[in-house]
Formats: sequence, structure tokens, C-alpha cells
Amino acid sequence: MLGSLILLAATAVVGRTWVINPVAGKAVLAKAVTKADTGDTLLINYGQYYEYGIVIDKPLTIIGIDFPEIDGQDQGEIMTVIAHHVTVEGLHFKNVGVSYLKDHSGLRIKRRSNAVVRNNKFSNTFFGIYLERVTNALVTGNEIVGVPRDEASSGNGIHAWHCEELQIEHNRVTGHRDGIYFEFVNNSTIAHNQSFGNRRYGLHFMFSDNDVYHHNKFAENGAGVAVMFSKFIDMRHNIFFHNWGRASYGLLLKEIYDATIEDNAFRQNTIAINIEGSTRITYRRNEFSRNGWAIKMAGGCLDNEITQNNFRSNTLDLVLNSHVNNNTFSGNYWSEYTGYDLDKDGVGDVPHRPVKLFSYILDRTPEAIALLRSFFVRLMNFSEKVSPAFTPANVLDHQPHMQPFNYDHLQ
Amino acid sequence: MWKILKYSTYDLLRSRWAYLYLGFFLLFTAGFLYLTGDVGKVVISLMNVILILCPLIATMFGIMYHYNSREFTELLLAQPIRRTSIFWGQFLGLAIALSTSLVLGIGIPFLLYGITHDPAIWQFMILLLNGVVLTFIFSGLAFWIGLRNDNRIRGFGLAILLWLVMAVLYDGVFLLCLIVFREYPLDSFSLFATVFNPVDLSRIMILLKLDISALMGYTGAVFQKFFGNGWGILLSTLSLLAWIAIPVAGIRYTALRKDF
Repeated sequence: MLGSLILLAATAVVGRTWVINPVAGKAVLAKAVTKADTGDTLLINYGQYYEYGIVIDKPLTIIGIDFPEIDGQDQGEIMTVIAHHVTVEGLHFKNVGVSYLKDHSGLRIKRRSNAVVRNNKFSNTFFGIYLERVTNALVTGNEIVGVPRDEASSGNGIHAWHCEELQIEHNRVTGHRDGIYFEFVNNSTIAHNQSFGNRRYGLHFMFSDNDVYHHNKFAENGAGVAVMFSKFIDMRHNIFFHNWGRASYGLLLKEIYDATIEDNAFRQNTIAINIEGSTRITYRRNEFSRNGWAIKMAGGCLDNEITQNNFRSNTLDLVLNSHVNNNTFSGNYWSEYTGYDLDKDGVGDVPHRPVKLFSYILDRTPEAIALLRSFFVRLMNFSEKVSPAFTPANVLDHQPHMQPFNYDHLQ
Repeated sequence: MWKILKYSTYDLLRSRWAYLYLGFFLLFTAGFLYLTGDVGKVVISLMNVILILCPLIATMFGIMYHYNSREFTELLLAQPIRRTSIFWGQFLGLAIALSTSLVLGIGIPFLLYGITHDPAIWQFMILLLNGVVLTFIFSGLAFWIGLRNDNRIRGFGLAILLWLVMAVLYDGVFLLCLIVFREYPLDSFSLFATVFNPVDLSRIMILLKLDISALMGYTGAVFQKFFGNGWGILLSTLSLLAWIAIPVAGIRYTALRKDF
């Protein structure tokens, strides 16, 4: 045992450094944590460590060299941090196993602050990183790969509950229930992450306020991002790509207030944005192309502002199922627009009606989708466009842009 | 019968209409492939064209051909040839000629594009197959209408009406039923209504093969389930075959009794 723990430097510098090598059949990591003092650094050499239930109870810096593999052998949670100022870096957490009673995870941080989780790998860890009542943590550069199971027996990639001031950056999450899950998490940032191929949502907000997510990519998830019961969420420069399936969305908004959705690209989603009961939201400079529905707005959506967006080649641009509408649509580009611009100011002279008769009917009679792309529907839409009788009269874009905005930088 | 089929096929394939039809499809398909370069999208665009145009052209061409070749038909009738051979031969010749134009017109650009190496080949095959079946159905129906009506104006009128009903009005009534009875479960109704009309059936069969079927939600799932199992395939094939068999039988029935 002693041979495997080599004391490197015990100089005047605060904190010593321990180097750890694997020893067959011994829990060297847990021993090392017990031996180390506050402020020490543990350097873990590459190898297989068959351990679980490691508790970090003092401020330590744990650094893996060449991703040493810590294998929980499906027995339970691998590492739990219950101290402030802990850094975990360069480890490979493996095989936590499914647990229905306890949300076991690869790495859990509990009721502490100033944690740093950097450049780790997680594979088959049920829940990857679990942050529980944490303030001020940095989670960056981690790669979290789950084993795809059904929704009920999958965990979340990064799970945060009752946290403040988190920074989640440059992570790659795949094969979980939710890629990143926020519940009661405020004043946090999620940036430059990639969340793809998750069973339910790429990113999920519940009851979380004043958060920002930007420059993330959400692809091939059950739904890209779900934002529910939250206020003041900022969504910028994200890419929602190919969240495609019978009940898939790019972005799902439910009971959201005062949010901003700017400079995002929605491509090839079944429903790009599905909105329910969301108020005072600004949609600006987004690109919607080749989605089934670009925006599907259910009742109770008030005071939303939709401007300067590109709507290109979506099957249906807009569905509204409420007769009351005080949402404003102005200055967007609609590829379906057939008006003219005589004064050459780049803005169409006749208003555009984004709601088609077919989308109006579909909303009332979903079975009518059986007539998708039939010639009759085409004729019907055309005649309704010429003289509107059924579609809401006040849903108009009075200043439709003639040319698409150039949002190529949103790649 | 085979001789007559051969002659009418050659005759039609040499006519300028067949070339026009072929040329249209060649240009259209090549143009679309060149502009978009996405096979899935081209299949959707072509689907709209085929569902409207194939029935229309087959109907108009069928009735026109029937009336135009009346003198030749009378000459044939004077010979010791069975009546069914004459008319089936002419009908099949027409349908085969039109289908050839269609298959070549769409097939050549796709082949040059390299469809054989594309995973979308099945979507393409389904599209072609439906086009051919629609051509057979509607030229048969048109032939039958021509045979029953010596009055050309009446014959043309009925043929156009037939196309209008099948390709446009039927969907209108279908949609109206869906809206009026929206309180009731309508899945089996819409399945039935779709299977019954060859144009709708073709449209759904093509859509289900494409990505876009995800848009169809719950109803789409019901369709997918139906068309995915043996019964559904059997029933829809039977429906299409019945639509070919009815005019074929009708032609025989009318031809045998008609006094020329």
C-alpha cells in the first residue's frame, strides 16, 4: 500500500502532491483521500481502479493522467464531493449501473461551492454529473456518453438541482434521458455544449430563472430544448438541428415569461418552436428552415414579438389556435410571401398572412393531416389567401422582407 | 390481342404526343435534380406532378386515342378477331406507351444522377410504380368511358369530370367529412377513404416512405401501422388492382354488347 502512495513534495508550499497507482484488489483512491490533507493534489496514474463510493470530504485537487478508469462495476455511485473547493480533472468514470431508488451518478457534488469539474469522461454512468445545492461550479470539457435505454431507466447527463451560478461549458452529452437538466437553478450559464441523441430533451429547464444558454448545438434529441415554468431565460446563437420524430420539437416553451430568443438556427425539426402559455418573449433574428412547423403557438401566448426572422421552406410557418392575438409579427422574411415591392425599399407592399387555411383546419381536426400535400389543399390555401375568411384576420406581417436576411454565420 | 397491342404501342410511341410527354418529364426531372440535388425533395416535387398529371394525361390521352382510332377499330372489327382482343389490346398499348414515356422520362435523369447507389432508391421506385399504376387505372377508365359514349363531347366531359372527382373533389368531400365529424374517432374512416381512392392511396404510400411522414403525427402512426403490416399491404394492393380490373372488365362487358 505504501509503495503505491509516494509522497512527492512536502515543502513550504501549501498542499502536497500524491501520486497514485492502481493496486489489484485494493481501494487505493479512497485510502489516498483519507491520507491527504486539505489543499493537497492527488495525481492518479493511468490504470483500472475498481472502486465506488469514494467520498471527497476535504478541499482537494484530483487530476487524472491519461484518463485513469474508475469502474463502479454497476455497484453504485463512484465519487461524492462534500467539501468546498474541489477540482476533479481528467478522470474516466465508468459503469455506475441503473438504480431506481437512488439517482446514482458518476460524480456528485453535494451542498458545496466552488467546484471545478474539468475534462473528464463519463461512460455508462446513469447520471453523469449530479450537482445538488451547489453554488458557483464550473463544469467544462467533459464528455458524457450514456447507454441508450428507455426514458424511464435513463439518467441525465448533467443534472443540477437547487443550484446557483453554474457554468456549464464545452461539454458533449449523448445517450441520456435529458442531456442537461436544470431544476431550480438560477443565474447560470450554459455555453458551447453539444447535446445530441438523448431520449427526451437535449437541455431541460424547470423552475429556473435568469439563466443564459448560448452557442450550444442540440441535434437528434427527442426534443432539443424544453424550457418550462421559468423566467428571464436568454437563448442565443444555438443550433437546433434535426430533432425529428412524431412528437419532437426543436424548442418547447411552456409557461415562460420575459425570455429572449435571438440568433438561433432551427433546421429540420418536426416542430421548430412549440409554445404554450408563454408571454413577453422576443424572437429576433432566428433562422427557421425546412421544419415541419416553424412556430406552433397554443393558447395563452400574449405580447410576443416576432421580428427579423427568416422563415424558409417550412411545411407550415405558423399555427395559432387562439382567436385572441396580440402578438406582433413584423419585418420577417417569409419564403411563402407572394407580394410585390413597387417602391423598392426592400419591404413588401402588401401584408403577409403567415397562417394558412390548412394549418387552421389541422389545428381543429388533426386527422386532416391525411390530406397533407394533396392538390385540393393547395387550391384551398390559395383561395383563402386571395380572400381570407377563416384564418385570423389580425395575424399579419405588415412589413414582410422581400429578401432573406443573411444569417449564414449561424452555422 | 398481342399483335394489336404491339401495333398500338408502336403507333403511340412514335406519335409526337408521346415524345412531348417524355420530353416534359425529362426536362422537369433533370431540372429539379440539377437545381436541388436532394433526391428526397425531388421525389416530393415529382409526387405532386405525378399525382395530378399522370391521371390527367392518361384520361385525356385515353379518350382522345379511342375516338381518333375509331375508323381503324371499325376496320379491325370487320376482321375475324375477338372484340376483347381488339379493345384490351388498344387499352394496354396505350397504357404501356404512356408508362414507357413516364418511366424513361423520370428514370433516365435519376439513373444519370446515380440513383442506384442512393439509399433513396426505394422512394424513387415507389414513386415510379405509383405513376405507372395510376396511368393504367386512368387510361382504362377513359377507354371505358369512350366505349360507352359515341358522343365525343359527352365522352370528353365525363372523362374530365372523372379526373376532377378523383384528383380534386374527392379530397374536398373527404376533408369536409373530417371537419363535420371531428367529434368522432376518424382514423379508420380516413384509412378507408384513402384506400378507396387510388390518387390518395398513392400519395399516402409515397409520403410514408419519405422523411416527411413524421409530420403526420398520430394519424401518420395509424397509417404507418396499417401500411406496415401484411393486411394493409394486401388491402391496398387489392384496391389498386381492383381499380385496374374494373375498367378492364367494363371494357369487355361493353365491347361484347355494343352495336357498332
